[in-house]
Amino acid sequence: MSPSLERGINAFVNQIDGPIASYFNSCVHCGMCAHACLFYTETGDPKYTPIYKTEPLRRAWKQNFTFWGRLLSKLGLDKKITDEELAEWETLIYDGCTLCGRCTAVCPVGNDITYMIRKSREAMAASGHAPEGLKMATTRAIEIGSPMGVTIDTLKAQIKHTEKETGLTVPLDVQGAEYLMLLSSAEIAQFNEIIGAVTEIFDRAGVSWTLSSTAFEATNSGIQIGSADLAAELVQRIVDSAERLGVRTVISPECGHAYTALRWEGPNLIGRSYSFEVKHILEVLDELRADGRLQTSGRESARVTFHDPCQLVRRGGVVQQPRSLLNMVADDFVEMPDAGVMNWCCGGGGGVSANERANPLRAQVFSRKKRQLDGLQVEKLVTACSNCRNMLEEGLEENHMEDIEVVGLTELLAEYLPEKK
Amino acid sequence: MEFLNWVRGPGLEYATVIFLVGILMRFLEMWLIGRKPDLSRPRASASRAGWRAVWRRSLPSEGLMKNSPLVMIAGYVFHIGFLLVLLFYVPHIHFFKDVLGFGWSGLPTPVINFLSILTIAALVALLIHRLIDPVRRFLSTSQDYIVWAVTTLPVVTGYMAMHMDVMPYTTMLALHILSVEILMVVFPFTKLMHAFTFAVSRYYNGAAMGRKGVQL
Repeated sequence: MSPSLERGINAFVNQIDGPIASYFNSCVHCGMCAHACLFYTETGDPKYTPIYKTEPLRRAWKQNFTFWGRLLSKLGLDKKITDEELAEWETLIYDGCTLCGRCTAVCPVGNDITYMIRKSREAMAASGHAPEGLKMATTRAIEIGSPMGVTIDTLKAQIKHTEKETGLTVPLDVQGAEYLMLLSSAEIAQFNEIIGAVTEIFDRAGVSWTLSSTAFEATNSGIQIGSADLAAELVQRIVDSAERLGVRTVISPECGHAYTALRWEGPNLIGRSYSFEVKHILEVLDELRADGRLQTSGRESARVTFHDPCQLVRRGGVVQQPRSLLNMVADDFVEMPDAGVMNWCCGGGGGVSANERANPLRAQVFSRKKRQLDGLQVEKLVTACSNCRNMLEEGLEENHMEDIEVVGLTELLAEYLPEKK
Repeated sequence: MEFLNWVRGPGLEYATVIFLVGILMRFLEMWLIGRKPDLSRPRASASRAGWRAVWRRSLPSEGLMKNSPLVMIAGYVFHIGFLLVLLFYVPHIHFFKDVLGFGWSGLPTPVINFLSILTIAALVALLIHRLIDPVRRFLSTSQDYIVWAVTTLPVVTGYMAMHMDVMPYTTMLALHILSVEILMVVFPFTKLMHAFTFAVSRYYNGAAMGRKGVQL
C-alpha cells in the first residue's frame, strides 16, 4: 500500500463518528436522494446518486466499526479500498457534488449525506485524490492569503478608488470598531462595487466598522478541498485579527461557503468558541432594517427573483432576511419554484467552480437553474454569494439569457439609499 | 410436529437471543465511536429540531411524492401493513401475551387478510421497481434482495398458513415461525437495522440543521 493511500484510509477511519455509523446503518437504498441531486437529475447517470458518493467511507466504516466487517476483513474476505477506486470517486466527490445539501434535506431515514461527503473529502485530500484546481486554490490561500491570489495591495487600490468615488473614508484596521467586514477575493477582484455599497450603507446607518489588512479574505478553500488543518489556519487568521481589533461582530460577505466556514465549521476547526459573533452581511443589513437604521428611497421597477445560495440558506439558516430586504426595494419580486431551503444549486458551489476539470459537467447541470428561470420572465436575478453570481453569469451567457442581469443584494440596496442630508 | 416444537421452543429462543444481543451490540458499536461537541454558537435549539425531524420525516413530502411516487406509496403501505398484521392479528397477540404477560385487542381477521394481501402486493411492487428503476437497480447489492426476501417470507407463509392447503397446517405454521426467526437473526446484521436507527439518524440530521436555524 502506498503511503498516501494509507494516509487516506486512516483519514476515512478518523472521520467516522456516531452519526455517520447511524447513517450507514439506516440507508435502505431507496434512491430518493438521486432525485434531489442536480448532478443526477440533469445527467440521468445513477453514479451521481448522493449516497453512492460515500461508498469509500462506507467501506471504511464497515471494515473498522462493524462486527462482521471487521471479521471479514481480518480473514481477507472483504475488498480493500484501492487507489484506483479513490481516483474514480474523486470525480464523484469533487466534480459531481457541490455540498448543496438537498440530499440531506430529503432523505427519509434522515441521513446527512452532505456531511458524509464533506467528511469523505478530508480523506480524499489526505490520499492525494483532490482536483488540481482546488489544490492550487488552497495553496494560494495559504501562501498568498487568497485563493485567487489577491493581495492587500489590490484591496488598498480598491479602497482608494472607492473613497474617491463615494467621498467617504473606508476604515481599515480601526481598533475597537463594532464590526469587522470581510470580503471574498471575487469581490475584491471582480465585483468591487460591493466595497462602495457597504461603505455607503454603513455610513448612512451610522455603523462603526472596519476592514482589516491582516484578515480581509473570508473564503476558505480548506473546507472545500477537505483539509481541516489548512481550513483551521485560514479561520485562525480571521479570529486573530478580529480579537486583536476587539470587534464585537465579524461580518461574512456575500459568499456562501465563507459563511459555513467561519460561522459553523470555524469554532470546531480551531477547537474553541469565539469571543465575537459571526453574522452574514444580510443578517446585519436585516437587523439595521428592523432597527430603522437602514432606510431606502425609491423602488426597483424591474421584475426580480432571488437565487438562494445553498450554504447561506439551506446549510446556513439565513432564509428570511434576503426576502425582507428585497421587499424593501423591489415592487415585482417573484420566487423561483423550490425557492428557499429547497432551492437548486447554481452548480459551482463546494469548490466545483475552482475545479476546471468539472467545467463541462457544471455547464450541463446549469440546465436546472435555466428551467427554474424559464417562465419567470425576470429582468434581474439577485443573489448573495459572489461565487453563485459568477456561475449564474456564466450559465446565463452560455444559454443566451444575458438579458437577465445578475446583481448582489447588498449592491442593489445601496442603489436605493436616500440622498445624504 | 417435532419441527413445530423445535421452532416454537429452542429455535425461537436462539433467534430471540441473537436478535436482542445483536441489536444491542450494533448500538454499542455506533455509540462507542462517539462524536465531538459542536462548538459553534447555535441559532436555535438543536434538540427540539432533532425530535421534530424524527416525526416530520415520517410524513410524505411533496417533492418525494412527485419524484418517487411508487416507492413512497408502496413504502407506506408495506410498512404500515406489516406492522398492523404483526401487532393486531389475534393469534399474534396471543403469542405476545404468552411472552409479555399482557395483550391487547386485535383486528378482525378479514381486515388482516386484506392487509396481508396489500402488504405482499406492495413488497412485490417494490421488488419490481428495484429491478427496473435505473437508480435503485444501480444501488442495489445482494443484501437488498436478501433483506427483501426475509421480510416478505413471513407475510407470505403466514397468509398461506391461514388460507392454503398446500401442506399440513402444522408444517405451514412451523415454516411461518421459522421465517420469522430467519428475519430476527438477519436483522441486526443488515440494513434492517434502519427500523431502529432511522430515529437516531433523523435526530442527528434534524439537530444539525436545527441549530443553524433551518427547519426541514
